[in-house]
Amino acid sequence: MSADRKTVLNGVHREMGARMVPFGGWDMPVHYGSQIEEHHAVRRDAGVFDVSHMTVVDLRGAQVRAFLSHLLANDVAKLQVPGKALYSCMLRPDGGVIDDLIVYFLAEDWFRMVINAGTTEKDIAWLQQQAPAFGVEVAPRFELGMIAVQGPQARGKALELMDEPLREAAAGLKPFNAASDDHWFVARTGYTGEDGFEIVLPENEAEALWRKLAQAGVRPCGLGARDTLRLEAGMNLYGQDMDEKVTPLASGLGWTVAMADQRDFIGRAALEAQKTGGDIPLFCGLVLEGRGVLRSHQKLFDGEREVGEITSGGFSPTLERSIGMARVAADAGDDLTVDIRGRKLPLRRVKMPFVRNGQPQIEV
Amino acid sequence: MSNIPGELKYTKTHEWVRDEGDGVVTVGISDHAQELLGDLVFVELPEVEAELAAGDECAVVESVKAASDIYCPINGEVIEINEALADAPETINGDPYESGWIFKLKAVDGEDLEGLMDAEAYAEHCESEDH
Repeated sequence: MSADRKTVLNGVHREMGARMVPFGGWDMPVHYGSQIEEHHAVRRDAGVFDVSHMTVVDLRGAQVRAFLSHLLANDVAKLQVPGKALYSCMLRPDGGVIDDLIVYFLAEDWFRMVINAGTTEKDIAWLQQQAPAFGVEVAPRFELGMIAVQGPQARGKALELMDEPLREAAAGLKPFNAASDDHWFVARTGYTGEDGFEIVLPENEAEALWRKLAQAGVRPCGLGARDTLRLEAGMNLYGQDMDEKVTPLASGLGWTVAMADQRDFIGRAALEAQKTGGDIPLFCGLVLEGRGVLRSHQKLFDGEREVGEITSGGFSPTLERSIGMARVAADAGDDLTVDIRGRKLPLRRVKMPFVRNGQPQIEV
Repeated sequence: MSNIPGELKYTKTHEWVRDEGDGVVTVGISDHAQELLGDLVFVELPEVEAELAAGDECAVVESVKAASDIYCPINGEVIEINEALADAPETINGDPYESGWIFKLKAVDGEDLEGLMDAEAYAEHCESEDH
């Protein structure tokens, strides 16, 4: 039988008719009836996701900023206002991606990270290995729940359920900033390409918030819609679009690597060597011209030559076409095909995102 | 609980088969199968006149989640395909046993449906796979 861990909302998901699947060691809802309807709810109105399987890690110590400056490929020097968030990769010395994460600056001696569920164990081991040199305390907060409310109407509906003075602070948040009180930590972040909040709260308050959001007309959404939404938004998924075998430069994440100054971060030398060597694979967005569905690991061809593979693929409910992300040889031509069950079907390369704030960003 | 009509036959791979008489059968996927797959977004149909053996991969249904092969239930020749599914694969989600049919076969002589499961056996089969 399944030994998967359960979030505090597991019983509520089942009560609301969720189909449950194993994900990253957890027993999680994939949908509550129709993944496509859930997807549309987030693009057009509001949806709510249980993301309690992700892990909040608090990092404390006088030298925590110096620690993160060494640990992360993006530069925490960009975080100067308390509550500000930064997306970054955490790299191995050889440049491989250990995880992608969001780090929040809360105080000079306190930063907070949100890391992936499936990588939590190795991430914490890595943090604990690197932290002593900086006197930083690494504290995973497994007792916290996390709920993402996403969509054009999401913030308004979530704000109504907050108490003052948090409500006022949350209402005034700019994108990629967070506010908190003693109970809740509210960030204007997400993984859907829509506006919204991610709310970190004590586990025993998660069910009440979930039910109130559902009563307010916010649609419960599973991991299935979360995946198609993030794919349309052109957001990478760890374990599919990048992992320890590739660098951020080969994963469309060059924009998250801060190398302008001489900051010495783990993996820097490897990235510099990769840049000097040239020949960095391209990471691009693809649209399947005809019928069919792109899936991860399908092979890509430039004529007869194999030039790469799909890292994430699927059906885009907004565009009603299949879309994907792929890693392709730097010298591949523009006219690519994908092998789907022995047939080579034409693709078009596009600039991501595919969809943002409810609007298609590419022509179909 | 999914819908399993009593008058149909079923395969272990979740196809249903309706005996239309004169050696003609209609094939689709069960309500249980469409529920497991989730929202369907693409159907690859077999070719008319294709001669198939029982167990051949002859069509593919793809949902938002995954691609799933359809296996031919008996030996026969494809005589008709449900072309409407090309534009509306979600028909299978809404009506798997009627408008969501996938193809029709003319069985080779002497072929019957005796090797397939009846509704009761199929219900047990679904139950056992869920555990």
